[in-house]
Amino acid sequence: MEAVFLTFILMLAIFLGFELINKVPATLHTPLMSGANAISGITVVGAIGLAGTGQQDLSNWLGAAAVALASINVVGGYMVTDRMLAMFKKRGK
Amino acid sequence: MGATGLAIQLAYVISAALFIFGLKLLGSAATARKGNLLSAVGMLLAIVAALLDQGIVEYQWILLGFVLGGVIGAGAARLVQMTAMPEMVALFNGFGGMASLLVGAAALATAGSTFVLITIVLSILIGGLTFTGSLVAYGKLSETIGSGAVTFRGQQIVNSLIVLGILASAVMFCLQPENSLWLYLIIGLSLLFGVMVVIPIGGADMPVVISLLNSYSGLAACAAGFAIGNNILIVAGALVGAAGIILTKIMCKAMNRSLSNVLFSGFGSVSTEQTVVEGEIKPISVEDAFYVLEAATNVVIVPGYGMAVAQAQHVVKELAELLEENGCVVNFGIHPVAGRMPGHMNVLLAEADVPYDQLLEMDEVNPRMETVDVAIVIGANDVVNPAAREVESSPIYGMPVINVDKARTVFVLKRSMASGFAGIENPLFYKENTRMLFGDAKESIGGLVREFS
Repeated sequence: MEAVFLTFILMLAIFLGFELINKVPATLHTPLMSGANAISGITVVGAIGLAGTGQQDLSNWLGAAAVALASINVVGGYMVTDRMLAMFKKRGK
Repeated sequence: MGATGLAIQLAYVISAALFIFGLKLLGSAATARKGNLLSAVGMLLAIVAALLDQGIVEYQWILLGFVLGGVIGAGAARLVQMTAMPEMVALFNGFGGMASLLVGAAALATAGSTFVLITIVLSILIGGLTFTGSLVAYGKLSETIGSGAVTFRGQQIVNSLIVLGILASAVMFCLQPENSLWLYLIIGLSLLFGVMVVIPIGGADMPVVISLLNSYSGLAACAAGFAIGNNILIVAGALVGAAGIILTKIMCKAMNRSLSNVLFSGFGSVSTEQTVVEGEIKPISVEDAFYVLEAATNVVIVPGYGMAVAQAQHVVKELAELLEENGCVVNFGIHPVAGRMPGHMNVLLAEADVPYDQLLEMDEVNPRMETVDVAIVIGANDVVNPAAREVESSPIYGMPVINVDKARTVFVLKRSMASGFAGIENPLFYKENTRMLFGDAKESIGGLVREFS
């Protein structure tokens, strides 16, 4: 049942994603990509759970490495997106 | 589920809503920055919620990971040149993929059902191929390795064998999850597969590849979410996956090619066509070009990757300002696949302070091309090639292009007469109304700016 429930969420999220992204204008496609990159760093949430188990085993180390990699995405992704979007200005401003 | 568990789940719901709302605000340049901020708040909330989980008994490794990743990410975000954005996004896609691979592999320790085992395989497979595929894409984009398509005899057979190997190890892994040989096989083959799928793709097709890898990095997070039974990973991963798929579709459409055509046949391998180009090349000096521009009332500038290479965007902005002071209407025509990633030109011009409402998409600029006095093509080639409309035997026939040849006069800024990235002859250079301004784009435009001032 859990599997069906999760797949249901997946399907709805994908359709929602299509609707949202279709409305993004071409001029913002690069920030969209780097912003999406930052969101894909959500893996950090899963990695946290693995890195903090307190057991000094393989899965703990894998989790810690995943936290580091995903944090690069999260921090770098949001910061560089903000840096880019700050440069987009309307005429006459 | 205890009270804390419930609070964590609710926090995930709110952060999913913030991601969605953030993406919605990204639909307009005026609100996009706020949207990104909302999305970041959503991420922060999800991270805080994850830290409250009672299964977590020690924080030092998490903290170490945060600090390490945060410092590297922040440093890269501050230092990266806007011309190098495609490389950076490629590299980040790879990190995301690797993180999902690691989470998937670590989830094995607690895996129960076959369904979970299958999702572990998927997160390792997608994560692994995203990682190495992105590294190859990074190498091609930064030109640390050759950017051309690498093809060899029997490539399809080798790839098919790898796919079969992955399938076989995946089945064995689900039957014997305790035998770590299968796990290592899947990891190894996935990493190898990532290299194999990206090497046959040439540099000109990189916008498609980055979009696709972007999508994969999201889907990998999604699969990892299934593996550890976490909703927020599934929702956020699916949003990213959808974004990448849409961008991939737009890029393919802009090149009039199917996705399978991009993935499986190197563009360089297209046979050279036998078009007889009539007419002659007519060069023009900077001084003569200035006189034409001084009299012009409507100018469209069409930039391509060459503008980024020559770092000419700032001087182009100067020229646009001088033309406007001279009473001329100036717009920029941006082709969807100009540059090395979707929207690359827009970011470069935004960096040079060109207002975004001056940047027109191909569909906006084409209908008004007949009223344009001068179209200035800077470092673009295939995206303005009229052969796409006129020459049926051309490999790019049918690709939508910016019809600069319909303007009264066309200036093409070009280093030499070598053909474009895809090696296709361009009849535009031989047209009656085309004038070639040879030399480095930055210097040529700089010359025009000096003539004006």
